Amino acid sequence: MTNDDQPSRPNRRQFLLTGGSAVAASVMAATVGDEAHAAQAAAGEAVPAVEGAVPITLRINSTDHSIRIDPRTTLLDCLRETLALTGTKKGCDHGQCGACTVHVNGRRVLSCLNLAVMHDGHEITTIEGLGTPEAMHPMQTAFYTHDAYQCGYCTSGQIMSAAALLKEPCGPDDTAVKELMSGNICRCGAYANIVAAIQQVRKSA
Amino acid sequence: MHRYEYIRPADQAAAIAAAAQATTAQQGANVRFLGGGTTLIDLMKLNVETPTRVLDISRLPLDRIDAAPGGGLRIGAIVRNSDLANDAKVQQEYSVLSQAILQGASAQIRNMATVGGNLLQRTRCVYFRDTAMACNKREPGSGCPAITGHNRTLAILGASEQCIATNPSDMCVALAALEATVHIQGAQGARAVAFGDFHLLPGNTPQRETVLEPGDLITHVSLPPPIVPSKQVYLKLRDRASYEFALASAAVVLTIENGNITYTRIALGGVGTKPWRSAEAETALTGRPANDGTFRQAAEAALGAATPQSENRFKIELAKRCLTQALRMAVAR
Repeated sequence: MTNDDQPSRPNRRQFLLTGGSAVAASVMAATVGDEAHAAQAAAGEAVPAVEGAVPITLRINSTDHSIRIDPRTTLLDCLRETLALTGTKKGCDHGQCGACTVHVNGRRVLSCLNLAVMHDGHEITTIEGLGTPEAMHPMQTAFYTHDAYQCGYCTSGQIMSAAALLKEPCGPDDTAVKELMSGNICRCGAYANIVAAIQQVRKSA
Repeated sequence: MHRYEYIRPADQAAAIAAAAQATTAQQGANVRFLGGGTTLIDLMKLNVETPTRVLDISRLPLDRIDAAPGGGLRIGAIVRNSDLANDAKVQQEYSVLSQAILQGASAQIRNMATVGGNLLQRTRCVYFRDTAMACNKREPGSGCPAITGHNRTLAILGASEQCIATNPSDMCVALAALEATVHIQGAQGARAVAFGDFHLLPGNTPQRETVLEPGDLITHVSLPPPIVPSKQVYLKLRDRASYEFALASAAVVLTIENGNITYTRIALGGVGTKPWRSAEAETALTGRPANDGTFRQAAEAALGAATPQSENRFKIELAKRCLTQALRMAVAR
C-alpha cells in the first residue's frame, strides 16, 4: 500500500492504475475513483452516498469500519474495493476456487458468496490480519519454508483455509488434509508443498 | 446483479409476513430468503435469480440441533452444514447424514450453507445457469437444450420431456434414506411434509421444484428415532476425488440379523431429478441374505426405470455399481 504513494518506484498496482493508455478514459476514471474511494474509506473519512446504500460496521482484523454500502456488494468486493484490503483475492467469484477465503467469527467462509451487509457486527479476519511480515502466522512461515506456491494468487486463500483447518476436526494423514483443502484450487499445482506445509504446522502445534 | 432491497426481519413472523407478499416461492420469486448465500448469491450474480427483496434470515434463532420428543432429532433450518455433519449425535446415530454432508462441497461452503438452503439447492445444469440459453425450468416453455445438448451429468430417473436437470444435493439423499420430515411455517400456519413429498418431479412444471408457497419458511427438519442397530454408508462417485457433484451416489441404512437383511432404506443421488428414494431396491433387499447376488438384484431394481440421455448412458451401470458397493461397505462396517 505505501509503495503506491512513491512515484519513483512504480509497482504492478500503480502500473495497472496509471499505465495502459489503450484503456478507455471512462474506465480509468472509474478505477482511480474506486481507489480514491477506498483510500478515503481506509482513512475513516465519510464516503459519498450511494443510492440505496446501507450503513454497516464491519470489524475486520480487530478494527471497526463503519461504512455505507450497496446491499449488492459481496464481502469480497467490500474488502477489496471499499476498504482496499486487496490481500483477499477474487478468482472465480462463484464459490468454486477458494481464493477469496476469509474467517468470519473464527470460521473459514467464501467472501464471494457472502454479502457485506450480512456481516454487520461480525468479526472478520483477512490475510492482512493473520500475521505481519515481522510476525508471521505459523502457517505463513510454513508456506514460505515449503515453497507452497508458484504464482501466489491462490496463496492467501490457501493460508486462510489452512489456518482455519487447524481448529477443525481433521484426521492425521495427508488424505484428510487434502479432503479439507479441496475447496482451494491451485492452478500452478503446488498441492504437494501446500500439504507438507500444513502437516508441518499441525505436527509442531 | 439486479437492485434489491435488503431486509433483516426481526423474527420469524416478520420474515413470513414479508415473504407472503411474493408472487411465487419457486423459480422467478421476487422475494427470497437468504441463509448461507451459497446458492442464492451465486445465481443472483448470474441473473438466474432476480429477487427485488432479499430477506436475510441467517440470524433467526433456528440454529439449534435438539433432541425431539419421542427420540428423534430436530434440526433448525439455519444450522450450518458443517455443524450438522460434526454433531456427535448425528455422527453416531445418523452417520449416513454426516457422511453425505462431508462429501459435499468444500469446508468453506459447508461452514456457510444452511440445512434449509441445502433442501433448496438448485440444479447445476449448465443451461439453467446460463440466461443466454433456453431452459424450461428458468423460463417455462422456452425449451430444453440439454436434451439434445450437454447432458452427461443430468438425470436418468424422474426426467420429463420438459426437464432432465439433476438435483445436486448430497445431504438430501441421506435425509431421504433417513425418512426425514420437513417442517414449514407459512402464512396459514405450520405443516409437516414427509421428505419424499417435499421435492416435486419436473413433469410439465419444472419451474416448480418443491411444495413451498409464498410465505413458507422451512423452520426445521426432523429425523425419526435412529435405527439401532444399523449400518450406514454414503458413497459418492464423481469426476474428481473431492469438491465435485455426484455422477452417482447412494445412501444406505441397513440392519442385518443372522445374515439376512431385516431393515433397509435406500436413496440415490446424482441420477434423479429429485433426491431418489428407491422403494424398488428396498423391496429387493428386505428379507434376503446380505450378499453380492442380492445387492446386484437391488441395484437392477433401483435403476429399472432409468432412461439415459445421449451422453449419460454410463450412469445407469455406474449407479448400479455405486449402490452395490455401498451395500458391501455397509456390511463390512
